[in-house]
Amino acid sequence: MKVYLDNAASTKMDKRVVDAMIPFFLEKYAVSSSQFAHAYGIEVKDAVDEARATFTDRLGGKYPEEVIFTSGGTEANNLAIKGVAYANMNKGKHLITTQVEHNSVLNSFRRLEEEGFEVSYLPVDKDGIVDIDALKNCIKKETALISVQYGNHETGTVQDIREIAKLSKEKGILFHTDAAIAWPYLPIDAYNWGIDLITLSPHKFYGPKGIGILFVKKGTRIKNVLDGGFNEFNLRPGTENTPAIIGAQKAAEIFSREDVDRVLLLKKRLITGIETTIKAVEYNGSKEHSIPHIVNLTFKYIEGEAISLRLDFEGIAVITGSACYSRNLQASYILLAMGKNHEQAHGSIRFSLSKYNTEEEIDYTIQKAGEVVSDLRKLSPLGEEDEE
Amino acid sequence: MPVPYTKLVIEHFKHPHNVGKIKNADVKVTEGSPACGDMLTLFLKVDPETHIIKDIKFQSFGCASNIATGSILTDIVKGKTIEEAAKITWKDAVEALGGLPSVKVHCSVLAADALHSAVEIYMEKKGLVKEKKPTTKEIVMSKLSHVVDPLTGIDVVRANLIKTIHIKEGIVTVTLDLPKDHQFVENIKEEILERLGYLWDVTEVEVIFEGLKK
Repeated sequence: MKVYLDNAASTKMDKRVVDAMIPFFLEKYAVSSSQFAHAYGIEVKDAVDEARATFTDRLGGKYPEEVIFTSGGTEANNLAIKGVAYANMNKGKHLITTQVEHNSVLNSFRRLEEEGFEVSYLPVDKDGIVDIDALKNCIKKETALISVQYGNHETGTVQDIREIAKLSKEKGILFHTDAAIAWPYLPIDAYNWGIDLITLSPHKFYGPKGIGILFVKKGTRIKNVLDGGFNEFNLRPGTENTPAIIGAQKAAEIFSREDVDRVLLLKKRLITGIETTIKAVEYNGSKEHSIPHIVNLTFKYIEGEAISLRLDFEGIAVITGSACYSRNLQASYILLAMGKNHEQAHGSIRFSLSKYNTEEEIDYTIQKAGEVVSDLRKLSPLGEEDEE
Repeated sequence: MPVPYTKLVIEHFKHPHNVGKIKNADVKVTEGSPACGDMLTLFLKVDPETHIIKDIKFQSFGCASNIATGSILTDIVKGKTIEEAAKITWKDAVEALGGLPSVKVHCSVLAADALHSAVEIYMEKKGLVKEKKPTTKEIVMSKLSHVVDPLTGIDVVRANLIKTIHIKEGIVTVTLDLPKDHQFVENIKEEILERLGYLWDVTEVEVIFEGLKK
């Protein structure tokens, strides 16, 4: 059996998304910014505007020009963070984020630090949740931006972004949230919640790769970070990736609550199945505040790369936060920030589900995980007292 | 092949040879620590007359490369004399496996280190060391550099945790800059006893914890 459980990395595109994109390769291939030159361009421009309106609506925005299409979530995060930092230097050069953000966020902030900005990286508790009081204590009058992810890509832990947005608003600080992994699994309401910038990544929800979205509330002071033409309201130059924009729109439109509910049931089945059949398993993250499709578990006394490789032999695709698996041989900084030790990170496995997974696949995964874990534990010098 | 490993690596990883413990082993040694990543424990049974390794087994808290290297290295060493085993390197193991991805080579070093430590301990125990050097602070330090603090994954020498070393009439006293209630006091103490206890001129090892560091 083949079971793909790495959907937090990327998902299978929905066939309806592919179908919606095809005309934009073969017929409607003109550049949307050619609208003043010919009818070909106008046709594409209309379609892109419709896609913009769809996202404006879904995100609780007010104006279509609040939606900026980029090459992906990484570029959207770069634009949000650097663009806001550069445009608000007169207010101050202090910025706030967390220790558990995606690398595209963390490394954008690290770049700004090299350029003379001051950045506070907020700690998280054992479940991966940001301490709001720590955030309050961090705020200065020079703080120009707060950036906190909606959900974590590795553990699935969800932050209280409504509370953080409220606080940002009270203090007159711009607030960005990286919702790449959380939306549309979890709702967002830009104006009502007081969020200024939102990053989305359509290939995480059955849409195409090569397209990201940055919502920028009207009136937000932000500068382009790439130099070029006048596309995307002067914020993001370069020819629009129209097939991907249309695909992203379609993916957002067909994403359904029923699918989320089903995925959530599968996740519960997986957790219960593993916890009742395998000993010495630790849950990483918050059970209460969690994205419906991600679960991260540590199988004690054994190493994650060995687990994921053995599962791969059985047709099951997962990833690990083990140092052995990463190219830089560092254990997951996210698990370490949650106060887990290297040993706990060493045996961690992320399972991330999709609407395409079935109960049979989950049951097969539970069974194979049991076999693999028991096999590897026979090799391990640790934890024998627990086994006997 | 979906993974960057040779068929032989996969074979040894899936069905490792010589796994487990040996009761009444002549030598038991652990290299690495769960905190720093991989960890490997080696057990040796050696013929007292011929010094041929009659049995060797390993346990691993490690990745695929670590398990595969442990498997093939124990295959290579079994039946060899202690002197021959001392000459086996991690390169021999990697070569026998048909290579490892470059970022994974370090995993094989751990298994070879464990073997060399085991050989050293055996030779000391049996008085096979030709040149009997008296134990000095330097020798003690080099032995302690294999003892890892499980909390940080860094060895106690590199982490600057050794406050003092006293050697007097066969009694070695090691004082560590770690509090008595440190989570891993017992593990560290046991490791130090294992690393120093067998030295030919050492009759007693004392480990003292006094420090405020967490």
